[in-house]
Amino acid sequence: MPTAVFEARNLTKTYQMGEVEVQALRGVDLDLFEGELTVLLGPSGSGKSTLLNILGGLDIPTSGTVRYCGEVLDTDDDATLTRFRREHVGFVFQFYNLIPSLTARENVALITDIATNPLTPEEALQLVGLGQRLDHFPAQLSGGEQQRVAIARAIAKQPHVLLCDEPTGALDASTGIVVLEVIERINRELGTTTAVITHNAIIGQMADRVVTLSEGHIQKTEANPWRRPAGELSW
Amino acid sequence: MAAASRGAELVMLAIHRKLLRDLAHMKGQVIAICLVIACGIATFVMSLSTLASLRETRAVYYERYRFPHLFVSLKRAPETLRRRLEEITGVRAVELRIVSDVTLDMPGMDEPAVGRLISIPETHRPGLCNLHLRAGRYVEAGRDDEVIVSEAFADAHELKPGDSVTAILNGRLQTLHIVGVALSPEYVFQIRGGEMLPDDRRFGVFWMGETALAAAFDMTGAFNNALLSLMRGAAEEQVIEHVDDLLEPYGSLGAYGRDEHASDRYLSDEIRSLRGMGMIAPAIFLGVASLLLNIVLSRLIGTQREQIAALKAFGYSNRDVGQHYLGFVLVIVVAGSLLGTVGGMWMARRLTQLYAEFYRFPILQYRLDASVVVLGLGIALAAGVVGALISVRRAAKLPPAEAMRPESPKSFRATLLERLGLQQLLSPATRMIFRNLERQPVKTALSILGIAMSVGVLVLGNFMEDSLDYLMDQQFQIAQRQDVSVSLIEPATGSVVHDISHLPGVIRAEPIRGVSTRMHFGHRSRRVGITGLPPDMQLFQLLDANRQRLDVPPEGLLISDKLARILEVQPGQSVTVEVLQEERPVRDIPIAGVIDDFSGLAAYMSIDALNRLMQDGETVSGLYLTADSQHHRELYAELKSSPRVASVTIRSGMLQTFRETMAENLLRMKAWNVFFASVIAIGVVYNSARVSLSERSRDLATLRVIGFSRQEISLILLGELAVLTLVAIPVGLLIGRGLGELVALGLDTELYRIPLVINPDTYGFAAIVTLTASVLAGLIVRRRLDHLDLVAVLKTRE
Repeated sequence: MPTAVFEARNLTKTYQMGEVEVQALRGVDLDLFEGELTVLLGPSGSGKSTLLNILGGLDIPTSGTVRYCGEVLDTDDDATLTRFRREHVGFVFQFYNLIPSLTARENVALITDIATNPLTPEEALQLVGLGQRLDHFPAQLSGGEQQRVAIARAIAKQPHVLLCDEPTGALDASTGIVVLEVIERINRELGTTTAVITHNAIIGQMADRVVTLSEGHIQKTEANPWRRPAGELSW
Repeated sequence: MAAASRGAELVMLAIHRKLLRDLAHMKGQVIAICLVIACGIATFVMSLSTLASLRETRAVYYERYRFPHLFVSLKRAPETLRRRLEEITGVRAVELRIVSDVTLDMPGMDEPAVGRLISIPETHRPGLCNLHLRAGRYVEAGRDDEVIVSEAFADAHELKPGDSVTAILNGRLQTLHIVGVALSPEYVFQIRGGEMLPDDRRFGVFWMGETALAAAFDMTGAFNNALLSLMRGAAEEQVIEHVDDLLEPYGSLGAYGRDEHASDRYLSDEIRSLRGMGMIAPAIFLGVASLLLNIVLSRLIGTQREQIAALKAFGYSNRDVGQHYLGFVLVIVVAGSLLGTVGGMWMARRLTQLYAEFYRFPILQYRLDASVVVLGLGIALAAGVVGALISVRRAAKLPPAEAMRPESPKSFRATLLERLGLQQLLSPATRMIFRNLERQPVKTALSILGIAMSVGVLVLGNFMEDSLDYLMDQQFQIAQRQDVSVSLIEPATGSVVHDISHLPGVIRAEPIRGVSTRMHFGHRSRRVGITGLPPDMQLFQLLDANRQRLDVPPEGLLISDKLARILEVQPGQSVTVEVLQEERPVRDIPIAGVIDDFSGLAAYMSIDALNRLMQDGETVSGLYLTADSQHHRELYAELKSSPRVASVTIRSGMLQTFRETMAENLLRMKAWNVFFASVIAIGVVYNSARVSLSERSRDLATLRVIGFSRQEISLILLGELAVLTLVAIPVGLLIGRGLGELVALGLDTELYRIPLVINPDTYGFAAIVTLTASVLAGLIVRRRLDHLDLVAVLKTRE
């Protein structure tokens, strides 16, 4: 039995969106295991981003508990969460969230400046195949390249977990696959526990496990008999 | 290994690079705010360092040339009193002098000028009020016609050692040979008591050997003026009491301290007004800067929500993020402050030099305290941080998960105009303008306040001109209608009126009588001259607060409103009048009314009542005349040579001097004000426009895509600015008026009062300059609107 990196129990989350109250999670139990690549599948509004945000220490649940390697995460002590994110988590977002005023190298340096045992920005960009585009600004890069910079930025600190929120959502299929290959490689080569959110069921085939969410509940959890290499996916 | 290579390549942290790049990206806005801060710090540094320089210069000048602490004029006393004066506890040194005003006949001037002759010892320098020789030499013993002339008068008449002037000394025409040109701490402002401004052409000081002067005025062995310096810690009030007791039998007009000394008073007032300027102007600029930082930073943080989310997701703490955005404030404030400090130092140096020339200080101590610079920077930083605090806190507190989601749709609602059922009047574009303004009431209010400030600065800058115009009009057209005022050497009987009214060209001659008094009410008292006026006075009018003519009552006093406020006395109550001349009667006299005047502390009563008070029959000490302008020259010639005339003041001369002095100062001030106000207006409008453009570019691009023209979308954006500006103008006019009141209050001294008068054209000028600056800023932004990249704008998520 592999060790659980994350243990979430009976998570609920309600938040205010303008004048509407949104119930994003309605009681979720989930474990993520060491070195595992998990895909969280579900249509938009199913609560998967909220779940990922809570796991990543970006948000706290309205009720329920989350533990990371046995330590409680559902605290509203901002300093604890910040330290957790700084030391252990790498994030990848659908819209890359690169800082437009910084070059690829400098965007990665944002992380290496504050991490304890980081790769160099050059090494991280080399890992995602962008060793030649170090000094380009985000506006000078294609969408796929921007997302790879974002991945380089996320892994530069050598995080324990990598959380990816719709990493291919803004990309066309072939570019998306390149990005997924990078994520797959990081998971395999660095052993980083990885969770990928998507609404695209095909991407589930590259995972160890697929967790399907719907309307704030976990609908089902399936373990794949084998991981299909990202390069073989198509949609 | 990683650390080593990082150290070499990335000396600057990536987050700092972001700061610098973001600043570079918004350089227009950054420069605008920097300039506003620079203006504030420049005026601050200028005012305070000029203030320090002036104070220091004055202190050194007074110390080195031994400016006394007490002054007293009297009729005539024996020099043997010196010992008794020196024995008064607290007195350090005593200087006895003869001082007398004489009529001068200056070449090139039809009208007579007044010379003040002051005695100086021939064998040594005066112990108090020493002279600083600018040219020539000191007077020599045994020469009875040598004088040293004050530099201001010498410059006005191009006099130099070797020249001579003609004066009437005690009724005898005498030629005075100038041997030196000098400065004295007693006449930093060469001003005659009772005048509003120095007039260097018509009033000059001459120092003459005491033996010669005493002989000319039959004052050998006597004095009529004394200066006293006090020991450190001496009780001035007590010394004054002793001096008054001692000198009262000799016709003393009462001793007074530096606080009642005309020249020192003017200097102190000037220093005080500098301090006022050192507070008001920087407060306005830094207030506006603070407001601009608030507007700009809150927008910046709004557009960088996702960047903030990313930073936090990677482990940057709230504190890191807060510090990052405070960094914007820091860079802008420090850059603006540096620019302002350099500018302020330059201005201060020039201003101090200007003051030194104007005041004719023999020494000039320029001082720039590091503390002023540090204080300025501190205040600017505080203003910046206050302005940015709310936005920065918002950035720091922004929960990362929330920042990750797009901002929830802004809730709009029908505007007040629409709720009032006036929607038919509004086109969709106009509705967008009003809804936007209403949805962000704080931002809208701040923008309006900022623009209003520029209007206010302009009103403030020009109101002095209006007020002084009004003052001159009131003073010289309505109150004082005489062409010439004559003061006599000795009070004379009424027949002098008859004599003078028969001089060539005289149309009307009205007698006046001046009497020195000390007026008491309760424990408060002031030295005040009472002027007696004839009941049918025409050449001099007293006006009440409503600018209505007040007739001189047969009994009782009319006093300056300021005097009434100082004594805290009201019409109907009586003051105790202690006459300081002749028989020195003391009487309680009722206050019959309060007059509205602009300079000094004055009291008037019927000349008959005054004569009765003095118990010496019909007496005249001066006259007001109107004369046929055809005969002015002959009249002046007669007055110049008349042995009874002590001095002559020409109204047109006063007016001219007043205009010349004021015009120069006001013009310079006006130019600066327009510059400062434009900086504010452009800064505020430009920043508001850029922020609106950034908030609205997506909407505007969408409108362009669905077929709106450039003009139409410009209308929406620029219309918003137009509304802001139009609302701001009346607000600014009110602010300007309020600031004017503050300044008028600050200038409300015993020496002069500035009425608050603002002409419509001043309001108009302020509105037009601000409007022009707004249009200019609008056009700059409009150019960006023309280059709106439709596709790119629509692609970005917001």
